[in-house]
Amino acid sequence: MSVEPASALSSKDLVGISGLTAGEIQLILDTAEELLEVARRPIKKVPTLRGSTVVNLFMEPSTRTRFSFEVAEKRLSADTLNFSASTSSVSKGETLVDTARNLMAMAPDFIVIRHPNSGAPHRLAKVVPASIINAGDGINEHPTQGLLDAFTMRRHFGRLDGLKVVIAGDIRHSRVARSNAFLLTRMGAEVRFAAPASMLPLGVEELGVKTFLRIEPALEGADVAMMLRIQRERQSNVNLPSAREYFDFFALTPERLKLAAKHALVMHPGPMNRGVEIDSSVADGAQSVILEQVTNGVAIRMAILYLLAGGRGESAAHS
Amino acid sequence: MSRLLIRNGRVVDPSQRLDQGMDVLIADGKIASLSERIDPPSDAEVMDAAGLVVAPGFIDLHVHLREPGFEYKETIASGSQAAVAGGFTAVCCMPNTNPVNDDPAVTRFIAERARAAGLARVFPVGAVSKGLRGEELAEIGEMVREGVVAVSDDGHPVRDALLMRRALEYSRSFGIPVAAHEEDPCLAAGGCMHEGPVATRIGLKGIPGVAEEVMVARDLMLAELTGGRLHVCHASTAGTIRLVRAGKGKGIAVTCEVTPHHLLLSDESVAESNYDPNWKMNPPLRPKADVDAVLEGIYDGTVDAIATDHAPHHQDEKDLDFADAPFGIVGLETAVSVALDRLVHGKVIGIMQLVRLMSCGPAEVFGLPGGTLKPGSPADVTILDLRVRRAVDPARFASRSRNTPFTGFKLRGGAVATIVGGKVVWQA
Repeated sequence: MSVEPASALSSKDLVGISGLTAGEIQLILDTAEELLEVARRPIKKVPTLRGSTVVNLFMEPSTRTRFSFEVAEKRLSADTLNFSASTSSVSKGETLVDTARNLMAMAPDFIVIRHPNSGAPHRLAKVVPASIINAGDGINEHPTQGLLDAFTMRRHFGRLDGLKVVIAGDIRHSRVARSNAFLLTRMGAEVRFAAPASMLPLGVEELGVKTFLRIEPALEGADVAMMLRIQRERQSNVNLPSAREYFDFFALTPERLKLAAKHALVMHPGPMNRGVEIDSSVADGAQSVILEQVTNGVAIRMAILYLLAGGRGESAAHS
Repeated sequence: MSRLLIRNGRVVDPSQRLDQGMDVLIADGKIASLSERIDPPSDAEVMDAAGLVVAPGFIDLHVHLREPGFEYKETIASGSQAAVAGGFTAVCCMPNTNPVNDDPAVTRFIAERARAAGLARVFPVGAVSKGLRGEELAEIGEMVREGVVAVSDDGHPVRDALLMRRALEYSRSFGIPVAAHEEDPCLAAGGCMHEGPVATRIGLKGIPGVAEEVMVARDLMLAELTGGRLHVCHASTAGTIRLVRAGKGKGIAVTCEVTPHHLLLSDESVAESNYDPNWKMNPPLRPKADVDAVLEGIYDGTVDAIATDHAPHHQDEKDLDFADAPFGIVGLETAVSVALDRLVHGKVIGIMQLVRLMSCGPAEVFGLPGGTLKPGSPADVTILDLRVRRAVDPARFASRSRNTPFTGFKLRGGAVATIVGGKVVWQA
């Protein structure tokens, strides 16, 4: 499967992978490849978004994603504003749309939004002219994470087509799993969801993935093992007996990793619960690319900002 | 003596198996006579219904009028106006007001407000349990004395099987049904749309169909045990229809209603709406297979009534993210058109059966006066134009709220006049 990159993104927003074509995904990954080089310069900055304003609107706690966006914005010379709100004030007080309209009065060019409600960025995109970038909405999507994961895989394997990717953990509540599934299946990879059925959403096979109720058969011959955090804050106690039992049956341990292909990559979107979904020796082992994912995240977010800006200014990598 | 003659209409009245051109004479708020031709008495007002259907007044078993307590969403007066503007001569209002209608004084208040509005008849539904808390029975007998026609903890499913059993038993003494919002709160917890492939695809938490079905199954068994009358509100799944059909087959005293939106929309339309909360209601919109099963239930007579579950919400509280917005949509001013367009013009049922589902059927379910044009009965009449084409325009609603998914829908057929107690209370 070879995909021609699109010449530009068709939407002003990036609200989810589900709205992207294979060509657009290819374009984002190719652009990130060029931009990765910026991080290796002594002066890690290009003037691409000089004079542009980016609002980072984080309605849910985040460290990694927020910092990654901020680094990407700063490397592109954008002006950044950070706005955090507790989830409680969002649900009871000013509506998101009102918040956004107030922000629009300051004329930002981009709003990066993380929100506990699925669909919040989509609604925002309808009412404000700024480009909306979804940094995670509820249990729906986390498109930049999906893109950086795919980017990391492509850098190692040179392709996505035909890769066997295991995603294991709390699939039901994972926007990362969903964005990865949309992206990887679109690009021709085989996605294997591994989790007890209490952590799999109903009808998930219709996303084009394979499901496994135990992790061992999923790992057979896999190219990638992506472990998801067991999100205690999204669990009721009935989904899972205990973290101990989860580790016992579903965690990625050195023994289980041997079931995968020799060259298999170990990935994790973070933050990790060592000793719950992943054994430390695997997380820190030779096959782990977990920190590379973080580095690649900056390039992906730079690529998205750059492309949504319509490629305005000079090509970032050559300026 | 005030008289009204409705001439040249096509009278459709399932209670008398009538579908023919007839004149209807109304005197002193009652149907005086029906005949193929009635010469206008000199003192009578005359209404020409040529080309129109003259039906016994439509009754909505399930509305939320929000007063007392939530007058910013709807009042008894605005809700009554919306009812008659939608072709309904009577509505049954649910008790989840503030204070809750769990007390005869609240029932009396609602009845007085409805009388003052002087539009649709308003039949209050009382609470099953005090404060809708599901702990102890409300004073059902006292409320029935003040005019309550059924009891329901609508919106707060009766979790405790023993309380449900006692409600079914106790209500027998007063000859009223227990109307149940069937939903297991644990299975439904946190959900905001139907659980299934569509919810999985768009990343919203789901309410499974079985949350409804396990409660229907339980309550059918309790109704069988107790001999109480169970009315299943807003049946929405294939499983519920199957259970009710089987229950009726066994002779259990069970009835059920369905909403117009569950007939027209499926969970796919939630995805198409792009997270618009006007597609959020409880029970949620179900998959196409359930929609078809509900239509089948209408076709074979398992379904007794079409009821709107009219649930007005102010724009400020509805226009939130899908997960945060309250459940519910308004329905009084779209129901008749949706039903005519989807069911009659869609060739699911004929006009006779539609009138049964919106008039005689609901009257029988709650034992209400009306649902017939027999001489001597209250002169509640709904006049329909089967050909009129209208686009739904919420800006023109009489309701205080505008939360509808049907905006812009072009529907064929609708009410053109509403007569309550012989008085023309609304005309298009």
